[in-house]
Amino acid sequence: RDFNERCAQCSEVNWGLTDGGRFYCRSCHNVTERTREVVNTDFITNSRVQTISKGSRKQEKNDGGSEWYICEGFQLVLKKQVEALEALGVCPQMKDEILCNFWRCYLQKSKQAYCKRPAGETVKALSVCESSTDVDSDPERPSLLHLLSLSESEGDLQTDCSFASSVSKVSESTSVYSGSVDGSLYLMKNQKEKLRMTMPMTLSFCYMALLWVREPITLSELLRYVVEGHIPYLNVFQHFPEKMKLCGLDLKIFCVESWPVYEEVFNKMHELAAYLDLPRFPDITESCFLHPDMLCMKYLMEANLPDELHNWTCRVVKKIGIGEVDFLTLVPGNKSTRKVKYDVLAAAVIVVVLKLLFLLDDHYEWLLSELAEERNKNNTEGGPCFEFKKWYEVVKHSLDVQQKKLDEERAKYLWRCEKPLFYSVKNKSKVLKRRQMVVNLQNQFGKLSGSVQRAEKPNPSSFQLSWSEENTDGSCFHGHSLKGILQEKRGLLTAMNPDYWLCTVKLCNEKLCGHLAHYREVEFPQSYHFVLGLFSFLLRVQPSYIHDEVCMIEHKLFNKKLYKKLKYNTVLRK
Amino acid sequence: SSNEHKLNFKKSKEACLSFIQDALLQKQWKRAAEFLTCYVESLEKDYSREHIGPSEMIWRIGSEILWHHSQSSMKEFNCFIEQMKTLGVKRYLKVCLEHVFHLLCDGQIDEAYQNLSLAESWRFGEQTAIQDKEMKLVQAYRGLLDYYSWSKQKNILLENGEDGFSDLAVEQEMHGYFRKAAVNLKEIIKIPGVWDIFVKCYVDLLEFYGDHNEARQVLNEYAYNSKFPANPNAHVYLYQFLKRQREPKKSLISALKILHDMVPSHELMIEFNTMLQKSKKRKKRRLGLEVIFAALDYAGWKENAKAWSCLARQVKQIVISEKHLDWIKQEWSSRKDWWPAFHFSRYLAKRNWQENKSLSYEKALVAGILLGKGCKYFKYVSHQGCKAQLKRFRVLKKFVNKHNPVYLRIS
Repeated sequence: RDFNERCAQCSEVNWGLTDGGRFYCRSCHNVTERTREVVNTDFITNSRVQTISKGSRKQEKNDGGSEWYICEGFQLVLKKQVEALEALGVCPQMKDEILCNFWRCYLQKSKQAYCKRPAGETVKALSVCESSTDVDSDPERPSLLHLLSLSESEGDLQTDCSFASSVSKVSESTSVYSGSVDGSLYLMKNQKEKLRMTMPMTLSFCYMALLWVREPITLSELLRYVVEGHIPYLNVFQHFPEKMKLCGLDLKIFCVESWPVYEEVFNKMHELAAYLDLPRFPDITESCFLHPDMLCMKYLMEANLPDELHNWTCRVVKKIGIGEVDFLTLVPGNKSTRKVKYDVLAAAVIVVVLKLLFLLDDHYEWLLSELAEERNKNNTEGGPCFEFKKWYEVVKHSLDVQQKKLDEERAKYLWRCEKPLFYSVKNKSKVLKRRQMVVNLQNQFGKLSGSVQRAEKPNPSSFQLSWSEENTDGSCFHGHSLKGILQEKRGLLTAMNPDYWLCTVKLCNEKLCGHLAHYREVEFPQSYHFVLGLFSFLLRVQPSYIHDEVCMIEHKLFNKKLYKKLKYNTVLRK
Repeated sequence: SSNEHKLNFKKSKEACLSFIQDALLQKQWKRAAEFLTCYVESLEKDYSREHIGPSEMIWRIGSEILWHHSQSSMKEFNCFIEQMKTLGVKRYLKVCLEHVFHLLCDGQIDEAYQNLSLAESWRFGEQTAIQDKEMKLVQAYRGLLDYYSWSKQKNILLENGEDGFSDLAVEQEMHGYFRKAAVNLKEIIKIPGVWDIFVKCYVDLLEFYGDHNEARQVLNEYAYNSKFPANPNAHVYLYQFLKRQREPKKSLISALKILHDMVPSHELMIEFNTMLQKSKKRKKRRLGLEVIFAALDYAGWKENAKAWSCLARQVKQIVISEKHLDWIKQEWSSRKDWWPAFHFSRYLAKRNWQENKSLSYEKALVAGILLGKGCKYFKYVSHQGCKAQLKRFRVLKKFVNKHNPVYLRIS
């Protein structure tokens, strides 16, 4: 990295890199045999250079910091996040190949807009990224755009890791303060031209990479891991190197004070995929974890529902075609296909199946339950029949306990970290004093908290609720049978329940009001609300979010009947 | 957008506060401390637009927890309060005052005094003027502690005085405290407010040094100046002073009359009634009856034998004299619908008889007169009394039987 030898020919120290990874002297174009040692898969390989027309070069700033760009900050964040994912068991290619390339692609795309500079400022930002691996090694993967080593005409290139120094203020007119070079510019940028990077968007990047690699982590799981602290998000800037001083407007960019929501990260991801002009993502097939059949199985287990219900979820999936490869696979930029929320979709399928079999109108399911209870009493041989009432009681109890725990955890989040944040040098001492006081108070009252120690972060677990068949108290319903509620007709198993109620007769226009339907608890049966609530807890999304998917599925399922009804109505009107 | 449910810093801390509140209400100090530990980082965020900021919250909640928590000591409490004093300059004097109160509760009088002196010498630009009221309070409480010291010295003197020795040093000290206390106490009671304790102490000082005029003036101001909030205690203090000064009955009665108007259930009403009953003026005696009936309207007086005896005496006297039965009629007309159930139920007859025979005697008399010999209360009590062969109950029975027709005239 620190290649400071003088050139053999011209004695200058002005090196660049060829495509082959060799050093060449820029002054005389002498190519050396020295090649870069390419062990470094480190992400901080960006070298950002700037030349200011004035040309004055000061060394490091007074406070020991040096210049850095917002993008570098985000790059660090992504690095930390993907390392954490790796620790969770995600395949290493995700870091070295996938995410890295996505990021470079993004930098390239967005810097096309970056080059438009406001008057009075001639900073040019360039980047040379290094990669150890050959991106095209995997023939199946479509080739991505390489980040160009931009040509010499743009100015001097330095491949040093150390940052060039220059005047810290980017523009004389702006009086806003930031530790980074382009903090203020960053926030003022015109949004239409490019997708501005934000902290929630880092998670969109992660999710996009996970999806590309088809890792068995859903978006809701990813977000849960973030909240549980397994993936750095809050206060990631703590890990920035000392030289990168964070203050002023940088705080607005890197300090988050809210947890990102599913919808936000999801939508951004799609925007991003389209922005990067990515091709069709790798196929989601039946053997993929993200396929509804797989996810339904997982969620059925987690919801403590009988395994037999899986047949039904598969039937529904098949009937409405949401198991098809073309439906499930993401094609960025395609506006006609609905974007698939794999986890929410699977949960909604289960809800629909429950409605199909149990109706969930606050009457029928209890009736069936009583019948099942009778059956179980009289027939002690063989496995028990599924009783809705028992299941409700068991699950509700667990859910309440978990929800209470979650509520307390939410109230106990610590948002701040050791690294002090200040907007300007003026209030630095005040901030430090406050921080000291906070620490003192935390110590004082922490001691009075009794034996309650802040537990170690629990190990990340894919399942939040677990039920064991070995429990003799009958609290596990996986093996229960659906005998009482099914009947055989013409060789096919169908539900005893002949009825079904639609969540909504008419779907809203998603583009206009953002939703397919509008969920209000009071308008729906309690059992339905409970079931929505269960999956809402598991996926950490609002019940209305799942409700939308349920509406969508129902309309697909009963499409013909609805169509008929509409037709019938029009006939009547005539 | 669905961002309303997004969990952010503010919502998280609101939830935290709500858990703290629940814990405090249930006296779960450990749990409250646990959540407060998570709340304190709010100090690092700007809440200038909120009504009550985190620093005030932490001060108040922290004080509560440290005061009640079993593992917390006064040392810790003091240390905490000192930190709180630096947090909000706009609250500085308030925090000082509350700290002083806690110290007093813990019996640390000297510490409290030192803190008050320190607070008194505090200056902070324009804040000093803004917190003028709190400053007056600080001075007033210091005056109060000076009074306390004066009082101690006085007691020493009085004890030693019996030996014949007059300790000059002690006397000098005592006078010194008097001067300091008087100055501050006089100041605070000029401001309209409720200053019971300051007034009492100040009047005590004045009386000791013989300045009765000043004392009277102070008490009159406190009781009658309309700028001051209505305060029954002011009248009580005035009355007690007048009594000490052996003022004529007329002024005593006028002082108590106002008290009766304000607080008909006040404990001094017995004294008042007794005074009025003895009066030669018809109007006063009439008022006496009104006063005692009004007092017994209140549940707190139901079992007060003395009050009932006052009423019984007066009723008896009226019945015997056969004059002014209309007085009883007037008082009874608004009470006849509910007093029977309130005072004279059979259940109460049994209970009163079991618990307090004198009470039941007095009540039975009143009941017998007001409701006639057939009333449940009278019947039960007099029967029990006669069965127990208690003379006065036999007398009572005779009396009521004799005057039985009265109840018809007054109902």
